[in-house]
Amino acid sequence: MIKLTSVYKEYPRSGAALKDVSFHVQKGELAFLTGHSGAGKSTILRLIQMADFPNAGEVRVSGFSSKTVRRREIPLLRRKLGVVFQDFRLLRDRTAEENVAFALEVTGVKRTTIGQRVNRVLTQVGLSHKAQAFPDELSGGERQRVAVARALANEPLVLLADEPTGNLDEWAARGVFDLFREINSLGMTVLMATHDLDLVRAHPEYRVIELAQGQVVYDSKAAASPAAPPAAARSVEVPAIADTRGS
Amino acid sequence: MPYALREALSAFRRSPLLAFLSVIAIAFSLFVIGLFGLTTWNIGRAIDKVEEKVEIVAYLDDATTPAQLELAQTEGRALPGVLEMRYVTKTEALANAMADMQEFHDVFADLDNNPLPASLEIRMQPGSRTPQAVRAVAERLRAYPFVEDVRYGRDWLERIYLIRRLAGGAATLIGVAFALVAAIIIATAVRIAVFARREEISIMRLVGATDGFVQRPFLLEGLMTGVMGGLLAALLTWGAYRVLSATMFKIEFLPGQWIVLVVAVGTLFGFLSSMVAVRRHLEEV
Repeated sequence: MIKLTSVYKEYPRSGAALKDVSFHVQKGELAFLTGHSGAGKSTILRLIQMADFPNAGEVRVSGFSSKTVRRREIPLLRRKLGVVFQDFRLLRDRTAEENVAFALEVTGVKRTTIGQRVNRVLTQVGLSHKAQAFPDELSGGERQRVAVARALANEPLVLLADEPTGNLDEWAARGVFDLFREINSLGMTVLMATHDLDLVRAHPEYRVIELAQGQVVYDSKAAASPAAPPAAARSVEVPAIADTRGS
Repeated sequence: MPYALREALSAFRRSPLLAFLSVIAIAFSLFVIGLFGLTTWNIGRAIDKVEEKVEIVAYLDDATTPAQLELAQTEGRALPGVLEMRYVTKTEALANAMADMQEFHDVFADLDNNPLPASLEIRMQPGSRTPQAVRAVAERLRAYPFVEDVRYGRDWLERIYLIRRLAGGAATLIGVAFALVAAIIIATAVRIAVFARREEISIMRLVGATDGFVQRPFLLEGLMTGVMGGLLAALLTWGAYRVLSATMFKIEFLPGQWIVLVVAVGTLFGFLSSMVAVRRHLEEV
């Protein structure tokens, strides 16, 4: 579903962001992408969305390859991806319902279908009763649920989450993650970038890919006997790598 | 209402002043062109009317023999651009003069000799009424020894042509200057609209809206600005025509096709300006 092969990514100003990154997330898998700020998590998510391209290597997502994809095909790829962010990215002047409908409207879904689909996903995230509320009237957890509903609206194959619990209190964070597990149990591939190690440790049943300084330093799936124990398994934190780039 | 149309209309609501300025800038740029169009059109019409009357009159010596007259007529009709050549006898000339100038009727009637010369009146073909063609024929006639004088409206003919050319040139220059201002204002409007909607645009891209879909509201907005600018320009030109007609001289309004052209150019201009601006600014979001 998502396959990175020897991916290198360098930014002109800040230098190397990814160095020889390879991993393969299978269909239906839920995987954590962990690491410190600046380790390259967000860069990987951007590459998967083809908002950016590797300098070397290949990113393959649901049949689209970073080497051969054409600009006009990228929107089609993105319709197969649902993305949620730490800062929710909801439109403040639209209700929860309108925010979800927006994603459908701008991808050309029929008006008659939109109403039903919005209802279904809002129910799925447990917010059907707040459909008419504006983002400012919702709690952080509720906002993230609206964002998840929006990500699910286009019936994607993959859910990408970039620090989705970063702005939430622990209770809300658990709620959102439980939602991800539920979505995953229905067959959707989920890749979640997070530095919430407590959350990662609490779910050893899921795969962990750990990045440090742009390299994969641990992959729970590839390493039955890891060369180095993962940060997720360590009790002492590795000091943060100085980097001006975002996580 | 489709998304693109709704968003395009909301842009007018969001920054009405800028939208208004864009419309005004396009309208003015086209109004200048319309105004000069009005001028050149009417000068053109005046030239056409005058040209129909453009005649070269060759006054003949009284001593001209029928053979010489015959020669001049045969040769003259063969000259390039000559439509017809008419011989006006001394008697006819006097009759014409008496008919034209009733108040001098008695004076003419009392004359012992007819003082008016016979003449050849030449009319040119429609395409050959330019100063050059007329001059060529006039000079050829002047070369006959029995031709005393040749008259034609050389000076004013050349001047009227010059005015038409100048008006056309000035219209182009001022129109282009206004068009540039309009393009800059439209680009600014697009930039502000893109900035105001940057969150929305980034979400649209995130969820897989196509570039065309993202651009459509902006292009539609440009199109609407252009249509309004074009219509306003047509209205202003019409107003100018009414004012000029009422206060200065009777002129004709531009033909329908010209007005359609003004609106079409405005529309296209608004559309293209938006397209250039939106492509540039969307890259920045």
